[in-house]
Amino acid sequence: MPRLLRALGGITVLAILGFVLLPAVVVTLAAFNSRAIISFPPEAWSWRWFAKAIAYEDFRTGFRNGLIVTAWASSIALVAGAAFALALERYEFRGKRVLEIVLLSPLVVPHFTVGLGFLILAAQLGVARGYAVIVACHVVLVLPFVLRSVYVSLRNLDPRLELAAASLGAPPERVLTTVTLPLLLPGLFSGWLFAAILSFNEFTASLFVTVQRTQTLPVALYNYVREFADPSMAAVSVLYIALTIIVLTFATVFLGLGKVLNVEPSR
Amino acid sequence: MSPHAERSAPDVTVTLFEETAVALNGVSKRFGETVALDDVSLVVRRGELMTLLGPSGCGKTTLLNLVAGFLVPDHGEIAIDRERVTDLPAFRRQIGIMFQSYALFPHMSVAANVGYGLKMRRRPKAEIARRVDEALELVKLAGLADRRPRQLSGGQQQRVALARALVIRPKVLLLDEPFSALDRNLRGAMQVELKQIQKQLGVTTIFVTHDQSEALSLSDRIAVMTAGRIRQLGTPDEIYRQPSDRFVASFVGDVNVLRARLERINGTVAVVALGEARVDVPSQPLAGASAGSSIDLFLRPEQLSVVEHGPAAIHGVIAAQIYQGGHVDLYVDVAEAESGRVLLRVSGEQATAHWPAGTRIGIGLVAHSAIAFVPSGS
Repeated sequence: MPRLLRALGGITVLAILGFVLLPAVVVTLAAFNSRAIISFPPEAWSWRWFAKAIAYEDFRTGFRNGLIVTAWASSIALVAGAAFALALERYEFRGKRVLEIVLLSPLVVPHFTVGLGFLILAAQLGVARGYAVIVACHVVLVLPFVLRSVYVSLRNLDPRLELAAASLGAPPERVLTTVTLPLLLPGLFSGWLFAAILSFNEFTASLFVTVQRTQTLPVALYNYVREFADPSMAAVSVLYIALTIIVLTFATVFLGLGKVLNVEPSR
Repeated sequence: MSPHAERSAPDVTVTLFEETAVALNGVSKRFGETVALDDVSLVVRRGELMTLLGPSGCGKTTLLNLVAGFLVPDHGEIAIDRERVTDLPAFRRQIGIMFQSYALFPHMSVAANVGYGLKMRRRPKAEIARRVDEALELVKLAGLADRRPRQLSGGQQQRVALARALVIRPKVLLLDEPFSALDRNLRGAMQVELKQIQKQLGVTTIFVTHDQSEALSLSDRIAVMTAGRIRQLGTPDEIYRQPSDRFVASFVGDVNVLRARLERINGTVAVVALGEARVDVPSQPLAGASAGSSIDLFLRPEQLSVVEHGPAAIHGVIAAQIYQGGHVDLYVDVAEAESGRVLLRVSGEQATAHWPAGTRIGIGLVAHSAIAFVPSGS
């Protein structure tokens, strides 16, 4: 009986893992399918959809636009999020709780609401739907993630390290540059990385605030699938996954990302 | 100098002697509704090791933080080396501090940790290297300069923290419960070493602890604190033998409180009756008590002895023997004791051979420096 239970448990775990990975597996297999319609399982193997995806103009501009938006949005969110995290962790002030709720609210407000909001705002203010609007929209969406990440690192930072530095003659700005920032670096980096990945993948809100000229890659993919149904989209998806894995692996191996995510004490 | 000579009213300036290293004058600090320090005045002499001793929440750490410059007092003034520093930020004060957690910079090597203060002072590289080497030599860590703090043991980390604090030649060295994270054996060794280094360098040191035995063994003088005030200031011996009140007597060292009777007062000496025995105690803490009234006699374990033959002061039944290696703690149920029980210390062979639990024994007093207080609540 216990053996049976254990076997059932094992099967359940495998089933859950399979369920989690299945979409990615199906898409990956479809990407290498030589036939022109998305079908499963593939009958012949080919790289040609990758070649087509890379050559497709909308995907190329989408990728470039995505990088521009992501770079700006994640960097602005990093600075703003770090500043807010510092304020929330270190200081007591009126309305602190309200500020925290407002800053984290994009986690519960649907992305299309945020996108629609920015669309209406841009129209009201007569602002062209250029990069600035997309970047602003993405900053709002990724800010909570940067905030949490930096906040956690700050909680793990022993305030006595800063006191010790001050006692040794370091004025506040040098305490910041020689002790606080270097020790927050993993948290800042992981916050920035998550912001970048989220921004790069963001679709729902982007759909509202982009135009043909500024569309990001997910929006370009959506526009593509409305007209065509060949596996080049699956190929793009595989490239997406591969890129993310490479970035995350690099971050984990070389920059100690795991340390931040596991919330290890700083000492 | 009498224990209270250095306390003064808040509006009277503390006289700053040539030898004064740190002076606090009428310093108060509140945190919201809580009064952490209540009108405290204290003078630390140059080169001395002053311990702030008290239970947690007594204000000792607040006082340390005020001297360090991490906090600004609500009232009162602070001077270091006869210079007013009350609102001078920490980084301009030239103080060394060592925390319980050591607070070593985890992203820097040992050498960079120790050299941090000199780098902030923009000393030339060659000088930094030389002084870091000297400091590591002093704390016996030469050769570990390139390690990271996390590669070191707790004791080594503490030495790095000490070297880092000392290398800037601080006007005052502040130690915040530095030994409580170390295991017992290491703690003793580090205490001896710290005391040696402190005397060798002659650095004025303020040491915060809640551990009374640590305070007694390390300090030149002890300030016993509770509820934001200094209750007594004196040498370890004064604090131990002549506690100024019940709190100090009970907080520092083990003590037996016995109900006794005040027989008479002859000037500075009062005669107290405990059972058959008569004990001389200082009369000053008993001011106002009348002859025949009930008082509390405070006796250290070593002031009690087992009397096998001849007259004993009081009698009791042995409740438990706690073997301690070099000696045995003997707990004896005694009717006269406030807690119903007293603690005696006897040598090991004596106890197990003669007085198993349940034995009725006589207790004599070796009370040449006993002290008595009027009962609490009267």
